[in-house]
Amino acid sequence: MATVTYDKATRIYPGADTPSVDELEIEIADGEFLVLVGPSGCGKSTSLRMLAGLEEVNGGRILIGDKDVTHMPPKDRDVAMVFQNYALYPHMSVADNMGFALKIAGKSKSEIRERVEEAAKILDLTQYLERKPKALSGGQRQRVAMGRAIVRQPQVFLMDEPLSNLDAKLRVQTRTQIASLQRRLGVTTVYVTHDQVEAMTMGDRVAVLKDGILQQCDSPRHMYDHPNNVFVAGFIGSPAMNLMTVPVADGGLKLGDYVHPVEREVLANAGSEVVLGVRPEDVDLSDSGRGLPIEIDVVEELGADAYIYGELPGSGPTDKPFIARVDGRTPPKKGEVVHFTPKGDHVHIFNAESGERISN
Amino acid sequence: MSTTSSTPPVGEEVPQVPDDAGSSPEATVPSDAGLQPVKLLLGVLGIAVSVYLMGNLFLAFAWYPQWFFDSKILMGILGLVVGVGGAAVLFWFLNMAIEALPRRLEHGVMPYAFLLPGFSLIGLMLLFPTVQTIHYSFANARSTAYVDPIWANFASLFGSADFWSAMLNNLLWIAIVPAITVALGVVVAVLADKLSAGSEKWSKSFIFMPMAISFVAASAIWLTTVYGYRPPGEPQTASLNAIWVNWFGQDPASWLDIDTARLNSLLLMVILIWLQTGFAMVLLSSAIKGVPEDTLEAARIDGASEWQIFWQVIIPQIWGTIITVFITVLILVMKVFDIVYVLTNGRNNTDVIANMFFREMFTNRDGGRATALIVVLLVAIIPILIYQVRDFRKQEAMR
Repeated sequence: MATVTYDKATRIYPGADTPSVDELEIEIADGEFLVLVGPSGCGKSTSLRMLAGLEEVNGGRILIGDKDVTHMPPKDRDVAMVFQNYALYPHMSVADNMGFALKIAGKSKSEIRERVEEAAKILDLTQYLERKPKALSGGQRQRVAMGRAIVRQPQVFLMDEPLSNLDAKLRVQTRTQIASLQRRLGVTTVYVTHDQVEAMTMGDRVAVLKDGILQQCDSPRHMYDHPNNVFVAGFIGSPAMNLMTVPVADGGLKLGDYVHPVEREVLANAGSEVVLGVRPEDVDLSDSGRGLPIEIDVVEELGADAYIYGELPGSGPTDKPFIARVDGRTPPKKGEVVHFTPKGDHVHIFNAESGERISN
Repeated sequence: MSTTSSTPPVGEEVPQVPDDAGSSPEATVPSDAGLQPVKLLLGVLGIAVSVYLMGNLFLAFAWYPQWFFDSKILMGILGLVVGVGGAAVLFWFLNMAIEALPRRLEHGVMPYAFLLPGFSLIGLMLLFPTVQTIHYSFANARSTAYVDPIWANFASLFGSADFWSAMLNNLLWIAIVPAITVALGVVVAVLADKLSAGSEKWSKSFIFMPMAISFVAASAIWLTTVYGYRPPGEPQTASLNAIWVNWFGQDPASWLDIDTARLNSLLLMVILIWLQTGFAMVLLSSAIKGVPEDTLEAARIDGASEWQIFWQVIIPQIWGTIITVFITVLILVMKVFDIVYVLTNGRNNTDVIANMFFREMFTNRDGGRATALIVVLLVAIIPILIYQVRDFRKQEAMR
């Protein structure tokens, strides 16, 4: 077990103008579960493959523990990886798949057998050990891929979207299993996903990437409450945060004829406009006529809660809808016009030009 | 009795209707009756007449070309039209005759009737000659009477040193050519895979090119450019002797006459390997490209060296293709004839069974010995054929 350090690690693909991963700096603690998340093409898989040694590092360093592995071949790094398509060896039985790394390392047959059986017990694969991968279901294959990593007892686990080929129900189950397994084994883990729900539920910390640049690396809670910029604010949370450009008034933000009070120090950093972010659960709706009018397009009733989707004044059909969580028992009706104000001080204020957070 | 026997067919009929929807359901469905003699007669008559007319037309091409103004083109077009059209008419009458049978019989007979023409042709062109060949192998040179004792042809073969020399050569060809061809194919495919896309395409095209050359032409090319011999003092135009004389200062050698350690046979094998490596390379290359990249990456992370990855991850995944290529080349090698015939005609211990057969049959005019040779070759090939068919089925089952 070990720490992992990305020290300004950079990857530029041959022929590309801009780096796919640009001076990535993250320090991952021993035993930590770090999730790399972002939209496709953000460089999260590339970052993981750089750590695995499958991708060249063009600048900066990567350390595992105190060891500089930047230019080391994968086999010397003592990391194990779970691939998106599992990458099981089709010609080998489950047991041989899981024991391949040990066989290459020259371990004795009895030791391999012992460690494979131990891992199989943890993953409930004991009865499938003699089968070939093609005779297994998707979920079982996924567990074999996990088993292949566990058997190694490596310094670091690397997981590249390991759940994306499972159906929705199995994905939720396996998500919890992987998280609890990781906590039990205490192996430092770097996990890549495009699904922010996975990121929030599994990670000790979450690192959000966009266009190869790290946007924010924080605990899920802190990231949810204090997104650093507009991108993180919109990416983390489901349904997404409502983001709108509003004019600054004296002592607050102007929402229609209502002024939402904001501290003076915050507004000092703003221009004439700011981007206001309000999570769906922090929305107050009333028919008092105070605040911004919202025309309701869709009402989603989920039982305990209901979500309303509506249009802000002046927004076009292609803009993201305005979303609010309301009480499931008395939701407003479709077609109604309600007025929105933020609940208390649960607002996120960003600079309209740079997109950086200016509220606390 | 009629009620009990008619109930099951009615039950069966419902799913059968869509089956033969193409074969005029309005004619068959209402007439569930038994035999329709008139229709049957018409069908059989139609078959007989169309076969008679077609047969006579093709005979006329041979015997009375003046009827067709001695025009080969006209005959060709007529043959094509009547051949294809006639086959259609034949099947139409065949279908009619069978539809006239009682319903239950009809469904039993139909598939066999449609297979019959194809099977007859295979029987005529393939099975009959095979049986006849085996038959003749027990007969005299002109195939007019059995030899005495009946196994005399085989006995004289097995007693001749030439036969065993040819057998040994065939065994050497089998042992060496397919293995080296496949090995070279794998090596070239792997190396080509490491090139850039453009140079991979070019290099593979060059290596594949010999496939387009006939065995006879290839033999001539190798004789003039590589193995050829000029007397001492003259310029050596073939590369092997040019190197031998100019670099090593030796006297020119007539390479294809040197049977020490069967060198001449080995030199002939090189030609076939050259011809077949491209074929092996193309199939193996596509198999190697089919190996998922992430299994290689997984192996790399599992700590395997490139050498271990090649042997333990790539080769097992393309093993099926390796076997297929190996057997295809193996069967080709067992029939090897052209190269030997053109370059040495079996002299100096280079003979192979196929060339020996050709000499017995067309030079010595000894049908008995010739067919006996072929029977030996046939028996030798059978186990490989069985293995190949099994292997093919296994591969199909794995898909």
